[in-house]
Amino acid sequence: MVNKKNIPAVLVDDLSFHYGEKNVLEHITMEITQGSFLGLVGPNGSGKSSLIKCILGLLKPQQGGVYLFGEKVQKFNDWEKVGYVSQKANSFNTAFPATAFEVVSMGLFGKVGLFRFLKATDKEKVWEALRSVNMEEFAQKNIGELSGGQQQRIFIARALVSDPELLILDEPTVGVDVESSASFYKMLDSLHREKKMTLVLVTHDVGVMTDYVTDVACLNKQIHFHGNTKEFEESSSENMSAFYGHHVHVLSHDHEHR
Amino acid sequence: MFPIFKYEFLQNAFLTGIMVGLLAPVLGVFIVVRRQALIADALSHITLAGIAANLLLGKWFALFAGANPIYLGMAFSVGGAIFIEQLRKVYKHYEELAIPIIMSAGIGLSVIFISMADGFNADLFSYLFGSIIAVKQSDVWTVFAILIVVLLFVFFMYKELFVLSFDEEQGKLSGIRSNWILIAFMAITALVIAASMKVVGILLVSSLMTLPVAASIRIAKGFKQTIWLSVLFGEIAVILGMFLSYYLDIASGGTIVLCLVLILTLCILYKKFTGSRKVGHV
Repeated sequence: MVNKKNIPAVLVDDLSFHYGEKNVLEHITMEITQGSFLGLVGPNGSGKSSLIKCILGLLKPQQGGVYLFGEKVQKFNDWEKVGYVSQKANSFNTAFPATAFEVVSMGLFGKVGLFRFLKATDKEKVWEALRSVNMEEFAQKNIGELSGGQQQRIFIARALVSDPELLILDEPTVGVDVESSASFYKMLDSLHREKKMTLVLVTHDVGVMTDYVTDVACLNKQIHFHGNTKEFEESSSENMSAFYGHHVHVLSHDHEHR
Repeated sequence: MFPIFKYEFLQNAFLTGIMVGLLAPVLGVFIVVRRQALIADALSHITLAGIAANLLLGKWFALFAGANPIYLGMAFSVGGAIFIEQLRKVYKHYEELAIPIIMSAGIGLSVIFISMADGFNADLFSYLFGSIIAVKQSDVWTVFAILIVVLLFVFFMYKELFVLSFDEEQGKLSGIRSNWILIAFMAITALVIAASMKVVGILLVSSLMTLPVAASIRIAKGFKQTIWLSVLFGEIAVILGMFLSYYLDIASGGTIVLCLVLILTLCILYKKFTGSRKVGHV
């Protein structure tokens, strides 16, 4: 039997994706091992969110494929193993009439299954998730009454409530004040260390990120770097300035080598 | 007992009204939060086409002359609903376009059928604006059957409908088969619209789906409370509206809608003078 721990949490195999004529992702191949904490960085429009959505099966790549825990994403069924926190800004209606508690409980619906209802033990899990993000006292507030940072913590609680093995966060600290983002990184760190959760953090906050992540991947249509944090820091001074400052130049340069 | 209940037709109207007052707001909650408030309008107009078609066919074939036009209205409405969901996929970035497309098709068809059937009659007029004296015993049973179907659907699909309304991405990640559920939901909405039209009328049926919800999201805490309050407001408006309609001898649809407008106004004012909570600032 195959050792389950050796199966990568995510395997992206020669994936290409385009919107109409526009190439968004080109020949992406990467492996995210279980228990790692990956920081995925790249400038705006580099395809970070598209890659995440391909990994989650929300977008269908034109070429290549994605495997979650060894299973092809189209056939993957254990969605309670995967938590996802999307970029908050445009993803939900802030005037939606639901309490924080109701929003977090949504994270359990996949586990509970069709035609079933939340049991007392499920409700306890919702409270636990709310406690883990320090939002217990806001449980009965409508989501629209909370601040941006508080809403984001509710969405993280929703992703955590099903006890996922893989947690994917797409720019979770955008629009969140500095103080909450610092405590937020500490929370991720403890999830990674104590619960051995595999984490993927999409961010442009390179400085803070390297204090916590174990691996870094740089994306700009293609993967430009993927290695552990130490390697990244050693190479980063010249890499990153080129990557961010003159990324268009770097891209065309790369094309010549292909 | 109120003298209003002496007559069987009024009992029919009240029973139907009370059921519709529950059904329309329950579905309306999901429609409003999905930002599809206009869908009820589109579906009611395609229902009208079905009713007009029945009128026309009734002239040609004896079979249709005896049939309750509500059934063909429902068939058209469900067809239109499925078509809207498909159109939403065709126009991915202009999802709201599906609504005016179906709405104009519905009006166009209705006008043609009505003119071919030699124009308006009193029967058609009662479908347009609602008439409590036009509700038949068979309507009561039809609406009752729809009530059972809808309540079972919403009860067992509550989680799924809730997630899909909030964000479809999370729904897909919970392994919910969103297409199937959304189409079923649209079909059920179409049935309810067809069922409601005898009481409130085609032109006003969408208000019974959206106005109670518009009122309740001003003051409700959470999604479940939004549903309960919407139903409460819907029932108050239907019952009060029908009483007024009978005693003042005015069209039931209009009185019900005006009751809803009154409730909505009270909710907005209540909110303005009590809470500083920032909710619902769309």
